[in-house]
Amino acid sequence: MRVRVNGTEVEVSAGMVVAVAVARAGRLWSRRSVIQEPRGPLCGIGVCYECRVTINGQAHQRGCLVACQEGMEIEADE
Amino acid sequence: MSRQRRDEAYDVVVVGGGPAGVAAATAAAESGKRVGLIDESPWLGGQIWRGEAERPHSEKARRWLKRLEAAGVTVRVGVSVVGGDGAGWLVAEDRRGAWRIGYEALILATGARDRFLPFPGWTAPHVMGVGGLQTLVKSGWPVAGKRVAIVGSGPLLWALAEGVTAAGGVVVVLAEQASWESVRRFGAGLIRYPAKLVQAIGLRARLAGVPYWCGWWPAVTRSEGDWAVVTVTDGTSRRELKCDLVAFGFGLVPNLELARLLGCGTRDEPGWEGVEVGLDQETGLSGVYAAGEATGVKGAEAALVEGRVAGYAAAGRRAEAEALYGLRDRWRRFGAMLAQAFALRAELKTLADDDTIVCRCEDVTYGRLRTWRTAREAKLMTRCGMGPCQGRVCGAACRFLWSWEPDRVRPPATVARLETLMELGTGGNGG
Repeated sequence: MRVRVNGTEVEVSAGMVVAVAVARAGRLWSRRSVIQEPRGPLCGIGVCYECRVTINGQAHQRGCLVACQEGMEIEADE
Repeated sequence: MSRQRRDEAYDVVVVGGGPAGVAAATAAAESGKRVGLIDESPWLGGQIWRGEAERPHSEKARRWLKRLEAAGVTVRVGVSVVGGDGAGWLVAEDRRGAWRIGYEALILATGARDRFLPFPGWTAPHVMGVGGLQTLVKSGWPVAGKRVAIVGSGPLLWALAEGVTAAGGVVVVLAEQASWESVRRFGAGLIRYPAKLVQAIGLRARLAGVPYWCGWWPAVTRSEGDWAVVTVTDGTSRRELKCDLVAFGFGLVPNLELARLLGCGTRDEPGWEGVEVGLDQETGLSGVYAAGEATGVKGAEAALVEGRVAGYAAAGRRAEAEALYGLRDRWRRFGAMLAQAFALRAELKTLADDDTIVCRCEDVTYGRLRTWRTAREAKLMTRCGMGPCQGRVCGAACRFLWSWEPDRVRPPATVARLETLMELGTGGNGG
């Protein structure tokens, strides 16, 4: 199946979470911190909130906890 | 958003779908109870059995997940528990909305997370948690051809080394902060746990090419062009390693937020944190049980047996629960052996410098924190622990660095939508 990360199409398979799709789009980080540092996934289990992205327009979703679905629009900070 | 009520009720509700939760739910359901099992991640199995439902690697995981299904447990995945009254209902939330889940008995099997200790450079995107990377690699994170440095403490470093290697990555170093002597003593103690000994020997053989340095820990990490560089030290000398990713973690800490929120008693001594439970895994709250890493980190075997005890006890099958006490003692002793062998060295308290960020949600540095005396004081003055993770990452670090007691947990237990908060508010739980 395919999802889009900041407009770029990425091939993913069932069972992959959004954080993995972001990494497969070639990005190590997903958001900017309070002082604008780039941050990427840390805990991988929904605890640290570092991997948060916007999914289908819904902001602040934890990328490590949401399974990819066909056509999903994922937006990470630039 | 649909306003249709999704409320539901069970005899026994289990929070957490790792080995403890799966065993607890299975034991209770096989005893004739109506059981609901909730997990925050999209799949069952917790972290250790992640992905086992789709691509089984472990025979034990496969057997348990099959048995759970056969027992007729209702499974709710992708669902967060944000609160409850500790006396009969929880408020749950998923991406579609919030609802209530009622129970006669509740079993908390909330598992554990990596313990992170801040060191210069650790907030860079090339640095990930050991458990975090392990979990993401199982979900298809691209590590093929990548050079990974694994630093920190505990057997999970080995599990990750195997995961990375199997996925086509190269482990450039596995740096364990515990001393050689300590690790060797642990290895010798495995003689009493033959299955673990076989597992350890197999793992070491398969990863024979991985440099294993005991008594080494991370000092600093930085980016250098396309590379990441991590510097490790043994206290006297330093070595630099070029890599793509640094995975680090200093053992595990139990997830205690929900237990604390509900009012269960917890132990807070570093290394022994956990929900306080009696012989039958019941917490201080009547009808609320806890099992697995939530009662203290001791591994999957102890989690399985504690889960079974809790499941039987919650179903009123005292004899079946009691029959497992001996086995449970055995795996709790294994946990104690782990804790002793991989106890954290005092030097790890000196890794951060004044500019090192400790609270990643609010970007609060070590220099701004070290002058305060309590977590509460620091929180009020610096916002440390007030971001979305609510101190789940920096709390364990501050506990280790300055022995700060954890601050009180207030509802909601996780970041929640307004609609969910309204649901919480209608239960008469003033918090």
